[in-house]
Amino acid sequence: MIQVQNLRKEFGAKVAVDNVSFTVNKGEVLGFLGPNGAGKSTSMRMVTGYFRPTSGSIKIGGVDMLENPELAKQSIGYLPENAPLYSDMTVASFLGFCAEVRGITGAAKSKAIDRVLDLCFLHRVRNQSVDTLSKGYRHRTCFAQSIIHDPDVLILDEPTDGLDPNQKHEVRQLIKNMGKDKAIIFSTHILEEVDAACSRAMIIDRGKVVADGTPASLRKLVPGATSLDEVFRSITRSDLEK
Amino acid sequence: MKNNAVATTLAIFKREFLSYFNSPVLYVIVVIFLLATMGFTFFFGRFLDSDNASLTQTFFFWHPWIYLVLGPAVGMRLWSEEHRLGTIELLMTMPLSPWQAIVGKFIAAALVWAIGLALTFSIVITVSWLGDPDPGPMITGYVASYLYALGCLAVTSAASAYTRSQVVCFIVSVALCILLTLIGFPGIVDSVVRTLPSSLENTVRFVSYLSFMDHFYEMSKGIFVIRDVLYFVSVIVVGLVITHMGLRSKRA
Repeated sequence: MIQVQNLRKEFGAKVAVDNVSFTVNKGEVLGFLGPNGAGKSTSMRMVTGYFRPTSGSIKIGGVDMLENPELAKQSIGYLPENAPLYSDMTVASFLGFCAEVRGITGAAKSKAIDRVLDLCFLHRVRNQSVDTLSKGYRHRTCFAQSIIHDPDVLILDEPTDGLDPNQKHEVRQLIKNMGKDKAIIFSTHILEEVDAACSRAMIIDRGKVVADGTPASLRKLVPGATSLDEVFRSITRSDLEK
Repeated sequence: MKNNAVATTLAIFKREFLSYFNSPVLYVIVVIFLLATMGFTFFFGRFLDSDNASLTQTFFFWHPWIYLVLGPAVGMRLWSEEHRLGTIELLMTMPLSPWQAIVGKFIAAALVWAIGLALTFSIVITVSWLGDPDPGPMITGYVASYLYALGCLAVTSAASAYTRSQVVCFIVSVALCILLTLIGFPGIVDSVVRTLPSSLENTVRFVSYLSFMDHFYEMSKGIFVIRDVLYFVSVIVVGLVITHMGLRSKRA
């Protein structure tokens, strides 16, 4: 579903993403790992069509993102970092707006809203204004927006950031369940999440892919390492090092 | 899943327009606009002493000065707010062309001005009650005034695409609108022409021709020339094209 080849992004002289290639098929959940500033968000922003890559190609379900962005974007659901929302709307009206922009109207719209309110446990705050929501609800509202059109491809930038342990668990279960018939990419720096939800993981450091494989195979990369945490620390460089 | 350009633009428009009504800014601006137009007309325009059943010199005369400030106040949130909230990232990853969003939002702000201007209807009733006004200049006056407001909005839309701060957008837009107004202000143009060597007169006249004011005055006097309407339409188009460029550069 997602084919990315030789993706590169420069911001001025700085190379944020350098020659990243990967493929995600239907039924796969790819975890993006890496330290802060490694290029995870930049890569996701290119895959969703928000940033234009300096070079490289992106295909979503066979449609080229650079040549036909409007068609390619139809099959993507995206949860940006920090879950942005229009603060003056209610949860239901925000979801309604997202549905309408995606061409879902009338009875199909109310059905779609009810479906995602159910999936994301948002019924209680349905008519509450977005700016009065707690962080967990805000996050889930934005998550609900990303699945309102039941997309084939889901791109989630730190979907569990700022949630409490119960909510984290729910979201991971949700991702795992949806991963059965979708292609999903999600980024995180919580390593246990990779084990809990991913069928594959990629570690990115300073714009480059430094490891790619199943969580189990990543663990074998570094001799003597027993947890993903140790693998992560030994193959990525910390911010503090020059 | 079908994607219809008109339906998408309407969805953007509807959201933007409702968000104006959800915020107190709209009501404050409309009330100030009504107080300002009426205040200027009756106190500075000396409408009642003028003994003249025409709105050109007493009512429409003041509109450009009011739009200089209130136009940017209505438009400053258009794109700055999207940048600040981060919702621009949602909007630009949805299956729509940036043009649909730019036009949808602009129409929402334009409708706010249509409402503001429509609420000045009492002055029309007053002047018709007191005298026997010529409807021609009244109609062209309203058209000119509305186009002036849209010109200021287009400038503001362009500025808001480049910044996440509504304050910066407001100040920059007011400055640009003042510039576009003053370069065509008859008093200023004449004194510039007098000070500069006569060989430059054509240049000065040309620059003043690019101003909002030049085209506004002709129309508000009742001279409806398609050229002046086209002028404002091109200002709007240029403003929206610069908005598009600004959004693109932010995503680069």
